[in-house]
Amino acid sequence: MRQTGGRMSDTGPAPATVDQTRIRNLSIVAHIDHGKSTLSDRILELTGAVSPREMRDQYLDSMDIERERGITIKAQNVRVRWKGYTVHLIDTPGHVDFSYEVSRSLAACEGVVLLVDAAQGIEAQTLAHAYLALEHNLEILAVLNKIDLPAADPERCAAEIETVLGIPASQILRVSAKTGEGVAELLDAICERIPAPAGDPSAPLQALIFDSYYDQYRGVVSAVRVVNGVLCTGAKLRFMQTGRTHEAEELGVRLPAPTEVGALGPGEVGYLIAGIKDVGEARSGETVTEAARPAQEPLAGYREPKPMVFCGLYPTDGDDFEALRDSLEKLRLSDSSISFTPETSAALGFGFRCGFLGLLHMDIVRERLEREFGLSLIATAPSVEYLARLTDGTTARLHSPAEMPPPQRIAQVEEPYVQATMLLPAESTGTVMELCQGRRGEMVRMEYLSPERVELVYKLPLSEVVMDFFDALKSRTRGYASLDYEPAGFVPGDLVKVDILLNSVPVDAFSAIVHRSDAAEHGRRMAEKLRELIPRQLFDVPIQAAAGGRIIARETVKAKRKDVLAKCYGGDITRKRKLLEKQKEGKKRMKSIGRVEVPQEAFIQALRLDS
Amino acid sequence: MHVPFCQRRCGYCAFATWSGLSHLWARYVRACRLEVARAVEEGLGPATSVFFGGGTPSLLPAEMLTGLLGDLCSGLGLATGAEVTVECNPETLTPQLLRAYRQGGVTRLSFGVQSMVPHVLASLGRDHRPGSVVRAAAWAGEAGFEGAYSVDLIFGAAGEAMGDWEASLLGVLALDPPPVHVSAYALSVEPGTALARQPDRRPDDDDQARKYALADEVLASAGLEWYEISNWARPGAECSHNLLYWSQGEYIGIGAAAHSHRVLPGGRARRWWNVAQPERYCQRLEAGRAAEAAGETLGPAERQWEGLVLALRTRTGVPAGALAPEVLESGLVELRPVGPPVAGRPAATRAVLTLQGRLLANEVSLRLQAGAQGQLHRPRPEAASGAMVPLVP
Repeated sequence: MRQTGGRMSDTGPAPATVDQTRIRNLSIVAHIDHGKSTLSDRILELTGAVSPREMRDQYLDSMDIERERGITIKAQNVRVRWKGYTVHLIDTPGHVDFSYEVSRSLAACEGVVLLVDAAQGIEAQTLAHAYLALEHNLEILAVLNKIDLPAADPERCAAEIETVLGIPASQILRVSAKTGEGVAELLDAICERIPAPAGDPSAPLQALIFDSYYDQYRGVVSAVRVVNGVLCTGAKLRFMQTGRTHEAEELGVRLPAPTEVGALGPGEVGYLIAGIKDVGEARSGETVTEAARPAQEPLAGYREPKPMVFCGLYPTDGDDFEALRDSLEKLRLSDSSISFTPETSAALGFGFRCGFLGLLHMDIVRERLEREFGLSLIATAPSVEYLARLTDGTTARLHSPAEMPPPQRIAQVEEPYVQATMLLPAESTGTVMELCQGRRGEMVRMEYLSPERVELVYKLPLSEVVMDFFDALKSRTRGYASLDYEPAGFVPGDLVKVDILLNSVPVDAFSAIVHRSDAAEHGRRMAEKLRELIPRQLFDVPIQAAAGGRIIARETVKAKRKDVLAKCYGGDITRKRKLLEKQKEGKKRMKSIGRVEVPQEAFIQALRLDS
Repeated sequence: MHVPFCQRRCGYCAFATWSGLSHLWARYVRACRLEVARAVEEGLGPATSVFFGGGTPSLLPAEMLTGLLGDLCSGLGLATGAEVTVECNPETLTPQLLRAYRQGGVTRLSFGVQSMVPHVLASLGRDHRPGSVVRAAAWAGEAGFEGAYSVDLIFGAAGEAMGDWEASLLGVLALDPPPVHVSAYALSVEPGTALARQPDRRPDDDDQARKYALADEVLASAGLEWYEISNWARPGAECSHNLLYWSQGEYIGIGAAAHSHRVLPGGRARRWWNVAQPERYCQRLEAGRAAEAAGETLGPAERQWEGLVLALRTRTGVPAGALAPEVLESGLVELRPVGPPVAGRPAATRAVLTLQGRLLANEVSLRLQAGAQGQLHRPRPEAASGAMVPLVP
């Protein structure tokens, strides 16, 4: 990280080297695939930050998963120079799961570039981020990208943006990040239209941490934006949320190569290394001040990360339980929003109940555990947090169906709702409304952005959204809908726990909390799915779904009457023996539940949402 | 002896066999004779049985086949009363061919009949008609194979009704002279075959289970007793060549894709198999090299378990001690005393598959415990029986 040589002296604050009036801090906000990474690449090239020889696609997306999925999970921030200006590009995560992180990144900016695909039009998350930017009083530069595409319709898209955000169509810039057309003009507009950061260099230090990641050699590296005062190497810092004191071991900026500096003044964005081992101690939203001359107040807007979606993660090989614990602990060093507590399942063995910011976050964590830590995992169906108001006046927070108290102890169950904003083609309105009603949604608002595009806002139970709502939405709109949602509190609901019994024995991994009106359908679907997945045994196996002490669905896996009767002569014996050896091995890996042998694959398949 | 040639391939067949290679026949037989010569050099003793399988051995001109057999007899020698079988396609047989077999030393024929119902034969992709089978049986009788031929049947083809299967069983039993041996195979889906690519034509397990039970009933009432999962015979007409396979006897496979088995000292054994492609097989032998493609050596434990798996499939069964009590009581096997008490010890009790057990032989095989051989009674497992797979609820 120290690419510019020796450490600066720590005898007193070094002067800020950047002219505050010529700093521009901005974030590029865009929907997935609308070209943010490509635009960032072009800006790096055009400003000379990265030479053509070093250039590679998605330069700033460092994690494999990010490149593969084309999304940004951890923000990367870079400083470029343009015509005497210092421009900080502050990256934001591009997914609804990380909207809090987005709001922290925006808090480090004076403006945003709202990048919209000229063929697709504005999408729900971009719009949500644009509203966030308006709340932060940021200057918004609307930019239409991909104008080189034959399918581009900049006129329609510009009109849409004018309708929803009130930005005059005439002020909307047009670029092709792919060809580089219009990118220089965009940089000029950034310098002209985005205001310089305010901030008093002589005031007590207030610096905002808006992202942290864990580096295995350096510990936690935090992205900081200095708001007031000067942040200097060697200073004793107080982290105002955690109340802890750390020393500023190293400060630097990314050009994009990390480059050490002695100090960061008001408006400057850079990185801070302070000998911290756990990102939970340097969370987004943390305010850093000087221990010797602390600020009166932390910066506004800090929030503890709150898991929204929960699932059980179990190692396919029971011996990997400790390895899973280690891996989760390591992962939490770099992602403080993961929560996990050990849980036991009769069907799946020892594992952890884990909490995530959302479904994508869940997928990413699972994938990282499997890819970076070499684990093979079974994940139970995602669920949400329920509140059970008990008859004794207390409240229980349920993160797993297994935690549901018996019905007679429950006065009421409440479930989390979200306000979901969907942008979709006008012709899909009917079918999407049908989908939302079917998911127990309540319409809040409907607005035409243009004759072709509609904004629909619904209040929906989060549990309905985390199941497969987004997939259903996409399939009903042939992929042309986008979704954003925010928490909207807990609402009492008629919720029941559905258990699945195999040969009369409940299988905890398959239990679910569902709305009473969906219980029969859910039970029937699970029973049917399991009938397909559970291999025939030597006896009939009843599969039952039960809710509130009643059987609501039943299927039977008929006894197996015949296995392979293949001939077995001289040339078949080796193959036969190997086949049997393989089956014998397979039997060892099966779980025995109610004397039924269940292959692990059946659990994995049954717990999948899409089948 | 493997003859890897067919007039056409059947959609269900996964054997090493080729059509359209008639130009290779003579060269192939020469290569086989070279392989026989190598076996003679190795000093193998007289053969107790010879089996010409395929493919379609009866496609070859009679003198090619009998010439090969002659080499074998003059080289290795043939034990007294040795069984020599040739697999035949009834459609292409002639009385001359059968007479030539008889004169050349063939003692037994095996007809690939598969079905006696035209639409089932069509469904299987077979090119013969039931009439050819009737004719072939008569010729076999005339050529001296009365009481010395077997038929192969397949059940479970797409479109085969229970009545069709019954007609096939009764049809072969009504042949004149009648077969003394019937092999009835459940149609199985082998990877890579045309059948595997047609999921809607796949056989149904329950239908095949019913057809198996019908076969057992019909064949038994005609005096053919089951002696291996897929084989029924008049007492004394069992195929001694196949019995050798199932008792882990030694055999040498001649020809492309043929498998061999030799017993080694110390309870071990070696199996190996030849290259499958006929031309490559010829090239190997013409170059003076062995045709072996790959092989394996079985350790004592593996060999013992394999022995149990094979024996379980037969009327001989396995020592009762090789199965846990819950399997013995499951109805899948029955206990039979075998032989008289020896030297004051009780007669050995063997576990033999019942009809239901034959249909689920794999399930029983998976519960065989090698190393328990010879043990007559095992203590009933206590709570630790969790290691056993549950058999019944």
